[in-house]
Amino acid sequence: MPEQTEIAIDKEIDARGSFCPGPLMELIRGMKTLPVGGTLAVLSSDPGSARDIPAWIQKARHEFLGAFPEQGYTRFVARKTH
Amino acid sequence: MPQHILVVGGGVGGTIVANLLARSLHRQEAEISLIDSTGMHAYMPGWLYLPFNRVETDDSQLIRPERGLLNNQVHLVTGEVQHIDTRNRELHVRHTLDKDEIVGTGGASEATYPYDYLVLATGARLVLSDLPGLMEGEGKWHHFYEAQAALRLREALHRFEGGRIVITVGGIPYRCPPAPLEFTFLLDEWLRKRGLRERTELHYLSPLPRVFPIESVAEVATPLLEERDVKYTVFFNTEAVDAEHRVISSLEGEEIAYDLLVLVPPHRGAKVIEDSGLGDEQAWLPTDHGTLEVKGLSHVYALGDATDLPVSKSGSAAHFEARVLAQRLIAVVRGEEPEPEKATYDGEVMCFLETGRNRATQLVFNYEHPPRPPRPSQYYHMEKLLFNRAYWHIVPQGLL
Repeated sequence: MPEQTEIAIDKEIDARGSFCPGPLMELIRGMKTLPVGGTLAVLSSDPGSARDIPAWIQKARHEFLGAFPEQGYTRFVARKTH
Repeated sequence: MPQHILVVGGGVGGTIVANLLARSLHRQEAEISLIDSTGMHAYMPGWLYLPFNRVETDDSQLIRPERGLLNNQVHLVTGEVQHIDTRNRELHVRHTLDKDEIVGTGGASEATYPYDYLVLATGARLVLSDLPGLMEGEGKWHHFYEAQAALRLREALHRFEGGRIVITVGGIPYRCPPAPLEFTFLLDEWLRKRGLRERTELHYLSPLPRVFPIESVAEVATPLLEERDVKYTVFFNTEAVDAEHRVISSLEGEEIAYDLLVLVPPHRGAKVIEDSGLGDEQAWLPTDHGTLEVKGLSHVYALGDATDLPVSKSGSAAHFEARVLAQRLIAVVRGEEPEPEKATYDGEVMCFLETGRNRATQLVFNYEHPPRPPRPSQYYHMEKLLFNRAYWHIVPQGLL
């Protein structure tokens, strides 16, 4: 898993405090408009994201680059592969 | 010299903010104008019920003239904004003929409106071309996100004699996350009443790992779907619709055949936002989560469906946002510092979720607190029905 500082982020979505539709929907929305090869970071304060986000990224066959804990939230990073 | 405040969009958010500003600001402090493309105000939650009952699309429970909902001090302009010029702080507007209430333009068909403060409440629009197959298949799939479309769905349901009905969404984000699930519950009930349920397979598709974004709601909704024999598939992100062969396919590689498809169309921000180069790739305005200022611009604010805020696109969010934005603008116009507690949006949303059989639950949350939905009951269903009627008398006016 790469170090967070090594990853160049193309788009960042601040979904802290989002419950409905929630950080996973924000991630899906962000991935949709990202060009192939681009990287997306989603900030989430929802504990469920730790399970939801990697699971969706895997199911959608994109690359999960890591979950990086910050103060009061987590930054989830993914790359769009197709 | 009064400040010119322009509000673009006469939906629930734009109407409330214009009314609250007009009630608090004196004529010498501000001139408030609201520009709307049709001059009519629709109650969109009512469209959910259109496919199932006899109300007509022009029923006064569903649509009313905007003028009747606005404070007398608000100038209403009926027209389409062609361009938003944030550098010169002016809007280029093409008036809708025969419905004008134009002040000071002598009846011209186009005019430029300068602003000191701009509120973009331009909402969301449906963009069929964002999902392959929708344009070509027009008429062969259905939705209830427009009054006329809900009417066509009603007609299709009346002709329906059994088979598989698939309900899902065609893009993210979309207005009112509960709506597809609510529709499914109401459809199940309607089919049973018509004696068609035994001959019908209902199949609900969700793009997420569960049937609803909020886990606590999914935990209530999933057993209800199972109990009513509604099949559901998760991790289904619609990729294309083949309306000719009646097949819907997902980016996860799954294909499902249907006899009738109810699909929430893809959404984007308003065309004028796109044309004016103001929004993101889907034309949502990058908006500060608390102050509702549009990022990178000064004197420009956004609220409601038009923003990129991570809250549900709902009348409820627009309603709470409008209240705090009005407080902020009143302070700013007066040269005062906005009071943080009153003039900052805390993410508050309150909405209902119908679960059929005269029951509903209520979702109340903000940026800090997730919802803890109560068990569905007749109480919340009655509250929703009452709200549907009371809306016209207390909500757009800013009285709630």
